[in-house]
Amino acid sequence: MFAYIVRRLFLMLVTLFGISVIIFVLLRVVPGNIVDILFDAAGFVDPADKANLERELGLNQPIVIQYLHWIGGLLHGDLGYSYVSEKPALEEILPRIPITARLAGLALLFSASIGIPLGVISAVHQGSKLDYALRVVSLSGLSLPSFWLGLLILMASVSLFGTMPIFNPNPKTWLEALTIYAVPAMAVGFRSAALTMRITRSSMLEILRQDYIRTARAKGASEASVNYRHALKNAVLPVITVIGIEAAFLIGGLIVTETVFNIPGIARFLVEALRWRDYPIVQNLVMFIAVVVVVVNFIVDMLYAAIDPRIRFGD
Amino acid sequence: MRSVRALAVAALSVLTFSGTSHAAEPKSGGIFRIYHRDSPGSASIHEGATYSLNVPFMPIFNNLVIFDQHIAQNSTSTIRPELAESWAWSGDNKTLTFKLRKDVKWHDGKPFTAADVKCTFDMLMGKSQQKFRQNPRKSWYEQVDEVTTNGDDEASFKLKRPQPALLSLLASGYSPVYPCHVSPAEMRTKPVGTGPFKFVEFKANESIKLTKNPDYFKKGLPYLDGIEFTIITNRSTAILGFVSGKFDMTFPTEVSIPLLKDVKSQDPKAVCVVEPNNVSTNIIINSSGPPFDNLDIRRALALALDRKAFIQIMFEGQGDIGGTMEPAPDGLWAMPKEMLEQIPGYGPDIEKNREEARELMQKAGYGPDKHLQIKVSTRNIAVYRDPAIILIDQIKSIYIDAELDVVDTAQWFPKIARKDYSLGLNLTGNAVDEPDQSFYENYACGSERNYTNYCNKDIEKLFDQQSEETNIDKRKKLVWEIDKKLQEDVARPIIFHARTGTCWKPYVKNVTIMSNSSYNGYRYEDVWLDK
Repeated sequence: MFAYIVRRLFLMLVTLFGISVIIFVLLRVVPGNIVDILFDAAGFVDPADKANLERELGLNQPIVIQYLHWIGGLLHGDLGYSYVSEKPALEEILPRIPITARLAGLALLFSASIGIPLGVISAVHQGSKLDYALRVVSLSGLSLPSFWLGLLILMASVSLFGTMPIFNPNPKTWLEALTIYAVPAMAVGFRSAALTMRITRSSMLEILRQDYIRTARAKGASEASVNYRHALKNAVLPVITVIGIEAAFLIGGLIVTETVFNIPGIARFLVEALRWRDYPIVQNLVMFIAVVVVVVNFIVDMLYAAIDPRIRFGD
Repeated sequence: MRSVRALAVAALSVLTFSGTSHAAEPKSGGIFRIYHRDSPGSASIHEGATYSLNVPFMPIFNNLVIFDQHIAQNSTSTIRPELAESWAWSGDNKTLTFKLRKDVKWHDGKPFTAADVKCTFDMLMGKSQQKFRQNPRKSWYEQVDEVTTNGDDEASFKLKRPQPALLSLLASGYSPVYPCHVSPAEMRTKPVGTGPFKFVEFKANESIKLTKNPDYFKKGLPYLDGIEFTIITNRSTAILGFVSGKFDMTFPTEVSIPLLKDVKSQDPKAVCVVEPNNVSTNIIINSSGPPFDNLDIRRALALALDRKAFIQIMFEGQGDIGGTMEPAPDGLWAMPKEMLEQIPGYGPDIEKNREEARELMQKAGYGPDKHLQIKVSTRNIAVYRDPAIILIDQIKSIYIDAELDVVDTAQWFPKIARKDYSLGLNLTGNAVDEPDQSFYENYACGSERNYTNYCNKDIEKLFDQQSEETNIDKRKKLVWEIDKKLQEDVARPIIFHARTGTCWKPYVKNVTIMSNSSYNGYRYEDVWLDK
């Protein structure tokens, strides 16, 4: 087990190094840089001013030197300066992380707390009207884009309550504080909940047909005990895998949700930084997201062993 | 000396204003909440070229002079003193002298003096040691030889030749006076001004906050305690935010005509105005190589345009047809209608125009069996893409098959600068309704914004002639002649001038949306909330 963990940690470092190279090169392959964008509004590009600005920002240096400069800074905790705001990148990124973390956490919580029980109910009542209704709901979740759902929620809020749950940095009540995160979390977590529900349902259906389930029933175990103690415990492994993957993919959904609900999190910030070709922000944010994804995957792998004792890594 | 009694004019305007526009007694207090359409690149007005900067940061500053903030149509007769108490032209019209106020302080407590005026304009002319990262309006001061000071309260602009338009350029929202003692870098992140509001914070992609300047030199102003701009890039969310009461006003001139209808249906009490914004949608043609080096094909293109159809499809009829200068009645320099209709392609009989265009195309070797294949390049933004698609549809009628070439914003100007296009659809905004700004920027030989490299030395002489002319009537006739010639030369065919909407809640008082510029009306010093 220890050897496995060491091996995984080493692989994580290699993965992160690869990602750092890819993002660094890809960003510079994309046509245009911050200087082009700054001049864009002016309606012309002044070659002398452009050259001065590129020199000032270090964009005239060879790409390898720029990369080494960035990685060297990262190792010393220096993330560089945002080209746009001219503030330290760390100062720009750090306050946005808790906002997105709260939103992503709530979305995952919503996804698991809705998706798993409904998946179990759907499987247990297979073929019933309830099962069909839940399957329609899950299909809707998979087919409705989160930006559309978000806008629909905002429109309904304005129409029904005369207000809307967009971000407010200083909420006046705890209810408002909850609403500004919970509503967007539901909008982005709906798709994830639907997926979790479908995976739980199919996994449960497979487990419910196993011999040991029949044995449990024959021994007189209650339906609740059969469903939740015997079946769900064994069906949950693929569900955890899906939730792990969804956690990684959530950032994509958060980009639109943060935009629609005007939440100043890292996902929307990343898109804006990309639009401005604000390399220090994009590079460091992508690296941060990569670290999160790699760590989440590592935790999911560790959870396998904890949940299913038959799995022993490195044996 | 032709002296202007500026104080008297200002006093008169205040009387007129208080007598006609708003009878209620202004109330102090409250935060004015506006949503902002995007996150500006910096806080330095001089280094930007988008009104995304002017709207939130103009309240921080003052100019020497400013267009009256409550008269929608900017003109020389609506220019009011601000940091200057008065101004005067010399007898030869080559020196413009400003007497400055003595009671003005920067937000950091330091006194404002004539040295600040010299510093600002020296930097704009590229004469100072400190440099802007970008200086997009350097050409505005092409005719200024030097700025001199006489003590702390007098500054003079000495010109190479008479240029009456200089005063209008100085009255634009793009011409604030910066402090000498604050570096350009600091001005990009923490601007210091003399204006009615002080800078509090600018969180990129989030918000911009301003607070009342209690030491503002205009006693009793501003009325508001502060202004907060929430940056909302999603237009639907922003409009819903306005309707639900989270904002007191929409971002100025940012509400499209269909959205305006939505706002009025959901919030019937909202006050909404639709005004021209002095932005023209036009065609840029690369005439340096085939096929558009052929004048006949360029003329055919101009003849094929059905301008009314563009306006009907895009703005439900709320737009204007004109030449380079903004159309009347809001534009000051527009050609008379009868003169405009004489220009090929502007006549009302579209089918006749197109028939003529097809003949020109056949003369150039194209016809029903041999269509000209081209690409229409444009930026990947809806206001560019949509008219480009209509253009492609219209030029089909003259044997031109075009494909849309959508270009990323970062690549748009580099692409047209290297002439890597044959036909492009472009938008041109004018900060001031002033021929000098429009002609020199867009049509002068060698100008950076003259994308098509159109160069006509005869017309350029007329540019200078009109620029020096002090008689308004004579100048107007010259401007019309130039504008007509530019359209006949197919220098940059103008398709239409757009109109856009702005809405605010009925309790917001003293907001005026300018009708011939989107860059000059955001001082907000006497805006108040009747709550």
